[in-house]
Order: sequence, then C-alpha cells, then structure tokens
Amino acid sequence: LADVSHVMGAIKTQSPLPRTFSRGMVQDPSHFDVLVMPNLYGDILSDLCAGLIGGLGVTPSGNIGANGVAIFESVHGTAPDIAGKDLANPTALLLSAVMMLRHMGLHGHAKKIETACFDTIRDEKVLTKDLGGNAKCSEFTADICRRVQDMD
Amino acid sequence: MHTTVMMAALTKALKPILGRHLGNTAKVFGAAVNSQRGKPTYTILHLWPSSVLKGQIIPPPAKYGGRHTVALIPGDGIGPELLNHVRELFRFSCVPVDFEVVHVNSSSTSEDDINNAIMAIRRNGVALKGNIETNHTMPPNHKSRNNLLRTSLDLFANMMHCQSLPGVQTRHKNIDIIIIRENTEGEYSSLEHESVPGVVESLKIITRNNSLRIADYAFKLAREKGRRRVTAVHKANIMKLADGLFLQCCKEVASGYPDIEFDSMIVDNTTMQLVSKPQQFDVMLMPNLYGNVVSNVCAGLVGGPGLVPGANYGRDYAVFETATRNTGKSIANRNIANPTAMLLASCLMLDHLKLHDYANMIRGAILTTMNETRLHTADIGGQGTTSEVVQSIMRIIQSGGPLTTEI
Repeated sequence: LADVSHVMGAIKTQSPLPRTFSRGMVQDPSHFDVLVMPNLYGDILSDLCAGLIGGLGVTPSGNIGANGVAIFESVHGTAPDIAGKDLANPTALLLSAVMMLRHMGLHGHAKKIETACFDTIRDEKVLTKDLGGNAKCSEFTADICRRVQDMD
Repeated sequence: MHTTVMMAALTKALKPILGRHLGNTAKVFGAAVNSQRGKPTYTILHLWPSSVLKGQIIPPPAKYGGRHTVALIPGDGIGPELLNHVRELFRFSCVPVDFEVVHVNSSSTSEDDINNAIMAIRRNGVALKGNIETNHTMPPNHKSRNNLLRTSLDLFANMMHCQSLPGVQTRHKNIDIIIIRENTEGEYSSLEHESVPGVVESLKIITRNNSLRIADYAFKLAREKGRRRVTAVHKANIMKLADGLFLQCCKEVASGYPDIEFDSMIVDNTTMQLVSKPQQFDVMLMPNLYGNVVSNVCAGLVGGPGLVPGANYGRDYAVFETATRNTGKSIANRNIANPTAMLLASCLMLDHLKLHDYANMIRGAILTTMNETRLHTADIGGQGTTSEVVQSIMRIIQSGGPLTTEI
C-alpha cells in the first residue's frame, strides 16, 4: 500500500489498525473515505458499515477482477422466508446494478436510476417492510420507474 | 476446599440476621480464617471473576501488614499520566495498596525490560498497566511487548464489561455486554514466514485445550454473574478447522451448563448486529482477533476508549488495563485524556484484591462525576481536563466520609 500511494501521489493515505477502524467507524464514520484491506478485515468491516447505513437490504457490492471482468451482487442472503411474496427490498440489487452500469461506462443511466431510487427512499411514501413501510416490492419498483420516466 | 464449604454454610446462616452487611462480615471472617491456617495456600472465597478458578491453589498474594503490593507498568503515551492519577487517588483515599513501578522502554530491542516487568508481576501476582507501544517499523522478530507479557504469564482470558453509562450520550442505550476474548493464541501467535519472496504465510493457532479453557471461563463467569446467554463469535464457515474447533469446544462446554443458553454467530453478522441492535447480546465469547475487533466496536458503542476498563486473568496472575489498549500518543501530556477507563480498571483491581469497599467508593464517585456533563473530557464531547475529573472524584470521596487525606 505504501509503495502504491507513493506512485499515485496526491491521495492521502493512512494505515491505522483494524481495531481503530472498527472503533472509529462506530463513533464517527465521516472520518473515513476509501478503505483498502485484506480479506478477513474486509468481511468484518463491510458488514459493520452495512449495519451503519441501514443493513444488508440496501448495500450494493461488486467483485472486480483483471481485464474488466466483474460480478456485481447484493450481499444479503436468499431470504427463503419471503421469496416469491413480492415483499423483498430490491434496493441492494438495484444499486449493485447501478455500480455495474458505472463499470460499463454508462454513467448517465446509472445516475438516473440511482437518483430515482434515492428520491423514492427519501420520500418515505412507498417503502418496503424492512425500511419501515408496508409497500410491495412491485410498488416500490413502479415508483422508481415513474421517477425515471419523469426525469426524461 | 473445606474453607469454601464452611464459608458458604456460614454465609447462609448469617444472611437473615445481617442482611446487606453480610458481605463485609464474610470478608473479615474469610481473611481471619486464612491467616490462622498458617499454610501458604489460599482459596478464593468471594464471587468475582477471578473466583472462577475457585478450588485451585494459587500463589499467596503479595500482602504484608495489611497492605498489598501491585506491579505498575506506566507504558507509553497517556499511560504514565493516568497511572499517576490512579496513585494520587489511592493515596488520597488511603487505599492499602503500594505500587512497585517497572518501566518498559518500547524502543529498546532487548527483552530485559519486559522480562523485569514479568518478574515483578510474578512476584506481586497483580498488575496495573498502561499500553506499551508496538513500533511497526521494528524488524519482525521484535515481538509486541504487551503480547509477550500476556503469553508469558498465560493470561488466557481478557474480560471487558461494556455498559452504557448514564451520564454519557450515545446512539444506542441500555447496552450491557460482557466480552470474553481468548488472550494468548489465535491470530496473535506471531508465527509468520515468507517461504517465497512476496508470499507470506501467517499461522493462526487454535488449540483444543485453550478453547475449552476459555469457554469454561466464560460459562462459569456467566453463571456467577447471573447471565442468561453466551454467544460464540466465529468464522467457522470459512476457517472450518480452526474456528470449527473453537466452536466445537464451546458447544461441548455449553452442554455442561444447561441453565445457560448458548448460540453462535458469524463475526461479520455480529458486527452488523452490534451497530444496529446491540441490546440483543449478553455474554460474548471469541478467539483473539475477533475479540479485538468486537471489543473495540463495543467500546465505541458505549462512548469510546476512554470509558471502558479491561482485565486479563490467568490462573495465577491478573493484569488490569484499559479495555481498548490504546497508547494515545497524540493526546499524551496535554491533560485532556479521559481517566475513567484507567480508574475503573483500578477498581477492578481492587475488587480482585478483595478491597471491595474501596472499589465501590471510587467507582461510585466516578459514576457520579460522569453525570456532570461539564466535566466530560474531549473524547466524549466535553471540554473538561483530566485533572478536573480526578479532583471532582476526590471531592466526592471526601464528602462521603472521614477516610481521606488532605486534597
């Protein structure tokens, strides 16, 4: 990390211990910007941060390999108890798809969908159960689609 | 063993008569009985975390003329100034504890300093310490002094009690979690090698013996403190052999404690649950590295590293320090460090030495001071200084009775 940051120049780097991160995250996460870490710490801290922003239902992720090969996925489980009942929160998978669009260079589309999604959540009128509302998955999605259409 | 049985019977008989004063009577009796025996062996009679080792013979405490001697290791950063405050407070409150100060130079490559410290702790049985800085730029064969201390003295259990303090504003309230962390093995075995340049292999050691030992400690503690659930934290889905063994040992021990509920949780889910619903946890048990991360998360949840004390227990020795083991170099010698964690650690030490009256007196004074927002230090959002906090604690102790010297 030290070698790479020297080459990259302008970006400030710090290397505190994982325990300092975990404590700092809980007390004041705004201190942190981009975090780079090995596998195990990443596993622990990514779930910790997901908990801070509202849980696994809203957290997107991407797995990037060499030559642009990438898989984007939500990090929550399969939730068999609510599968097929139109109850799930699609936000995590949707934002992962937005990450994919960005990865592909389709920034305009990505921005549109992301803004629509955030606006729907901010409005708090049509929210799925895990976010405190009682709307269905399809209703939530329809609201986002409506906003995207209004933007055009 | 015989003494324990006798004391238990005596306690039962006297309880209806003496009610809440019984605790003191039992202690006095306990001390008297031991000294009359004339043999250099002792059994622990009172219900405190160290008593989970009840029934085993431990070396005699360093006590002479009614005064205990405790090893004091100032460490680096804020350690020395905070431990000075502890000494000042103890002198003021006439606590019968004398300190044998042992300095450890963290920048020296020789291990003489830390070996002296370890010898002092063996001599006295109990220590209070600040964190000794581990310089990352030192060569790999330079081991962490704190780690060396823990492994040499076999302080296998690190216990941290995270409780929401009434005077401190935090996002989550009503947190009451005991974290028990295996302290001597796991990822901290310091066994690494680079067989091929650019490829490092690091060994995580999990042994059946140590896992059973720490699990037993956790369940005994849970039982004694009246806790209902123990949660083992692991990553056995990935580290099938290492964490798998740890989990297996926890389950085996759990089967011997049917009155205590046992469940397990994967470490990443645990951290997520901790930041969203920390009230669900009761006692948490885990190997070394996860213990490091989880204890820091919990410390952050209750208000920060300046508030939580920690204790390291072994079969024969006990070392008390702040829970999150920070050196606090950036705030050293500026009179802004929060003394609460170190002072509460010294109270844990007094409990271990069975000086419960002094411990409760100081602890009560600390908690009363915490209620005063004006006296909060910078880490919990106030502008108070370390000395103001300590002065306030001394004033409260003085107003509580005639036991003190002049301020």
